[in-house]
Amino acid sequence: MNPLRRTLLAGLAALTLASVPSLAEDKFIVVSSTTSTEQSGLFGYLLPIFEKKTGIKVRVVALGTGQALDMARRGDADVVFVHDKAAEEKFVAEGFGIERKEVMYNDFVLIGPKSDPAKVAGGKDILAGLRKIETAKAPFVSRGDNSGTHAAELRYWKTAGIDLDKVKGPWYIDTGSGMGPALNTAASMNAYILADRGTWLSFKNRGALTVAVEGDQRLFNQYGVMLVNPAKHPHVKKELGQQFIDWVLSAEGQQAIAGYKIGGQQLFFPNAKR
Amino acid sequence: MMSHDRCVFPLELADVCFASGEQRIIEHVSLAIDGPVRTIILGANGAGKSVLMRLMHGLLTPTSGAVRWCGNPERAAAQAMVFQRPIMLRTTVIENVAYGLKLAGIGRDERRARAAAALTKVGLAHIADRPARVLSGGEQQRVALARAWALDPLILFLDEPTASLDPGAALEVERIIGEIAAGGCKIVMTTHNLGQARRLADEVIFLHHGRVAEYAPASVFFALPRSPEAVSFMKGELP
Amino acid sequence: MGTLTDSLYAAIELIAAGEGKLAEIVMLSVRVSFSAVGIAALFGLPLGALLAVGRFPGRQVLLVVINGFMGLPSVVVGLVVYLLLSRAGPLGSLGILFTPTAMIVAQTILIMPLIAALARQIVADAWTEYHEQLRSLGADPWRASLTLLWDTRFSLFTALLAGFGRAAAEVGAVMIVGGNIDGVTRVMTTTIALETSKGDLPLALALGVVLIAIILAVNTIAHVTRRWAIRRYG
Repeated sequence: MNPLRRTLLAGLAALTLASVPSLAEDKFIVVSSTTSTEQSGLFGYLLPIFEKKTGIKVRVVALGTGQALDMARRGDADVVFVHDKAAEEKFVAEGFGIERKEVMYNDFVLIGPKSDPAKVAGGKDILAGLRKIETAKAPFVSRGDNSGTHAAELRYWKTAGIDLDKVKGPWYIDTGSGMGPALNTAASMNAYILADRGTWLSFKNRGALTVAVEGDQRLFNQYGVMLVNPAKHPHVKKELGQQFIDWVLSAEGQQAIAGYKIGGQQLFFPNAKR
Repeated sequence: MMSHDRCVFPLELADVCFASGEQRIIEHVSLAIDGPVRTIILGANGAGKSVLMRLMHGLLTPTSGAVRWCGNPERAAAQAMVFQRPIMLRTTVIENVAYGLKLAGIGRDERRARAAAALTKVGLAHIADRPARVLSGGEQQRVALARAWALDPLILFLDEPTASLDPGAALEVERIIGEIAAGGCKIVMTTHNLGQARRLADEVIFLHHGRVAEYAPASVFFALPRSPEAVSFMKGELP
Repeated sequence: MGTLTDSLYAAIELIAAGEGKLAEIVMLSVRVSFSAVGIAALFGLPLGALLAVGRFPGRQVLLVVINGFMGLPSVVVGLVVYLLLSRAGPLGSLGILFTPTAMIVAQTILIMPLIAALARQIVADAWTEYHEQLRSLGADPWRASLTLLWDTRFSLFTALLAGFGRAAAEVGAVMIVGGNIDGVTRVMTTTIALETSKGDLPLALALGVVLIAIILAVNTIAHVTRRWAIRRYG
């Protein structure tokens, strides 16, 4: 075999070996969570602290709340970290989760165009704001993706006495997407949208959008964490998963959550019960 | 399917017909050829010369009738064929020549030796390591001949081997064919060129519209062709 | 137009900074797609060659299937592989969901029909030229396939690079089976998707520029190799 051929074959072999996935024996868990925790940057800040302390790597798969819970039902996650109390309690009742623990809250804000066609700016009442938007048939973007934010949005419409099915029209834009893409859509259409403050603060493509309604108690958004039930899925890493949950609920973890800020503003407020 | 005995003769065609779709190309040909004479197949364009050769070599299967080598319907080994346009693989000259031996399962050292010997006999030993496809037409045809020769065949088919070559290269090819024949290998060749036929033939098969119009020793055929079609052909009246 | 120019500057800055994160993402993308091409070639090239050369029952059906699957939407492949690899699925116990291995599996499935179809075309063209001589010399369909695969190696190399391009550019399959996990399964295309959804368009476009640059480089290599091969080997 001539030397050129030999070199080519050696190079090919080296490249092939380099491509064999590294079978690192890291300790890791898979956490299914929401796009709001991922895209706000909270996990990017929090997880390295946990990893440094325990050596456990946390692999976050960020989906909508509904998807995150479904993924856990299938056994593809060890821990669930989402924000829809009703769905979480159902998850535990079905036997897929061990116990629901409250971790932190943030709040939702109603975002709208600076031109404010529905005249809701400066308001402190989310229900009043939504009623005005519906009356004005001002463009409104919904996530429509079975997420915690979407579930909250639907609750507010209902509580405001509005039957969406009756009044839906071209003004109500159901995108079926995550928080970021939905905000992109709202920015390009100059529409109103319900968003979590964390994603809004780290969102860069605001266009002419600004905060329209905030501070309503009802906009309070609670996050819960659960271990996936090993009785249903024996392969779940229950020790490592429990370590993560314990840490996030501990004084140290709670302090870390409070320590995450964007532009000097705190995004998430720890409220784990001792 | 190939039988591996080195027995080719007699090469018999028994009432062989070959049709391609609607077109009937070979009609009821029955003959037997034997070595080591040099057999030239002559005929006008479209007479079916190339198809007849491929039937004899076993590359084509007759639509009806049978071809037998040494009484055996399984295609014999110890055959080789050279085509009008030489087919070279994208590798060196010597690798091309050794390819047939590689297929036959011959070991690396022996096949390199045999290939080198064949290349020397055709006068191309000095370019053994050149890429074959950059050679001239004449050189490539000589490589093809070396490749066939290296197999030590009992019968060598050649389909218009010099039709695409200049006269100098053509003569060189004829010389090599002569040497292969001198080694005891039977030659079966088609050609357009009457002069070449007269030079090389021991016997002639004259084909007309897919039928064997005449099959005679060369001296007899060229002096006194019997069939009217052969007469026309020799006068140059057929294309 | 402002975003476009912002992005160009951002791209140049990113690349000049030679940032570790960017390098990690690019290396993972290349590793995943390169592995996928390697495995797809291992099975796809002989398959394509046999389809070109062999005659066997079911050949026509296989041809139609392979040509059809060339256009498989990547999300569909991703979904199917996810369902197979999920813990709730038949291969769940392998535990490879949300790892680069799953991404390699998905991309291999995605590009294998392409590589087989291209190989079939390339080998079939060569077979047309060579088949009489190869059969005369005693080659059976299997030996002939191997000979032709080697003989057409430069054209096949170009086909493999086409497969690499398709694999490196897709996002649907790797997003679903990889989970876009930071530091583990985040590749160029999924990062672009993520940054776009976060509204960080300059960064997303910057990554896009890098991705396009890689694909252009790959195509340039293909082009240069072909020209060299023709000059050298004829």
